Amino acid sequence: MNNQQKPYDNIPGTTVFDGDMARIGFHLNQFCMSLMQESNRVAFKQNERAYLDQWPMTEAQKTAVLERNFSQLIALGGNIYYLVKISSTDGLSVAAAVSTMTDLSVDEYIDMMRRGGRSPEGNRFTDQGENKPSEESLWQK
Amino acid sequence: MAKITSGLGTSHIPLLGYLMDKGESHLEKWAPIFKGYEFTKKWIREQKPDVVILVYNDHATTFDMKLIPTFAIGCGESYRPADEGYGARPVPLVKGAPKLAWHVAESVILQGFDLTIVNEMTVDHGLTVPLSMVFGEVEEWPCQVIPLAVNTVVYPAPTGERCLALGKAIRAAVEQFPDDLTVQVWGTGGMSHQLLGERAGLINREWDLAFMDDLKNDYEKLAKISQVEYIRESGTEGSEMVMWLIMRGALNHEVQEVHRHYHVPVSNTALGHLIYENASQESEEEKAL
Ligand SMILES: [Fe+2]
Repeated sequence: MNNQQKPYDNIPGTTVFDGDMARIGFHLNQFCMSLMQESNRVAFKQNERAYLDQWPMTEAQKTAVLERNFSQLIALGGNIYYLVKISSTDGLSVAAAVSTMTDLSVDEYIDMMRRGGRSPEGNRFTDQGENKPSEESLWQK
Repeated sequence: MAKITSGLGTSHIPLLGYLMDKGESHLEKWAPIFKGYEFTKKWIREQKPDVVILVYNDHATTFDMKLIPTFAIGCGESYRPADEGYGARPVPLVKGAPKLAWHVAESVILQGFDLTIVNEMTVDHGLTVPLSMVFGEVEEWPCQVIPLAVNTVVYPAPTGERCLALGKAIRAAVEQFPDDLTVQVWGTGGMSHQLLGERAGLINREWDLAFMDDLKNDYEKLAKISQVEYIRESGTEGSEMVMWLIMRGALNHEVQEVHRHYHVPVSNTALGHLIYENASQESEEEKAL
């Protein structure tokens, strides 16, 4: 699927964790996985840089981990179920980590969820206008 | 002979297990969530299944990026609740049903489903939260469990059509098993949610409710929903809904919906839950005539 248009490229604000992402994010995600063990969490917290240097990750991935830049981590192949292992090591909720990828503060995000979440209206296609790509929906439409 | 009598669908949101483990599930502010399972707790005591085939997905807990089975069936004697980074949930050991599980594995593989067989693994909230929501706080789970883990973390999850067909194959397998066992199939996960990107927090109530409506009779139509459509309409994590189709495929064509519950939000997610009972065996046979 390299360099090809993918059918989910036109979903706004969304990165699908497919083979291309899994490939570039392999070591990043396996690093996250290591944080499932208490001894590794302690070692990571003691010296984050030194701990990260044990993993064959790219410099950009390491920097994004140190900065807790979740949008960047997603772009660099991180998968959210793996990345939340970093935020839970920090003692943060999933909502706290997830909200940083939106244009909302944590409180605004939680408030949006209380009010029923983000509406799909206007959030289905990057181009909602007349060039809206035709996709055959086999259900409902 | 073993028989599948009923099935249920339920979200497996981690917060639900967390609240139960902290002893906070009775608090008034969570009542809109937990009230919807009161019927279920009574119902399961009457149904007394011997075995539950529990369809769920692992969330980077037991399976990591080294090994990503699309469908994996647990044939082990027991499964420990996993430590997902905060210590394991204080819930009972999950007892397996290895004899039936091996029978199902052999049968569905010969029917064309190339399952991965797992003899030893821990199980995460995807499996233990549904057990807690249905059975409540118990000393021991009152049934055996066959875990059926489906990959929904790495794109693509299996298609709805394949999931529905797997459910049908599981039903055929169970019905050939000689022991007298009452078996249920549970489909878990969903409903709409997205945990990443600028679109995080997406909830599509209309979609979720239509899915629950159509699951009863128009499930063949639901099975045609593409992975891309799940993601677009119900969020990146909404594709977990294919697991409900395995449950549906394992039931008779004629089912009765005896319970339904829907609530938004539970943390980042729309909570959905429903129960189907197989219509009587006779009416099914009549249909075949
Ligand atoms: Fe899940």
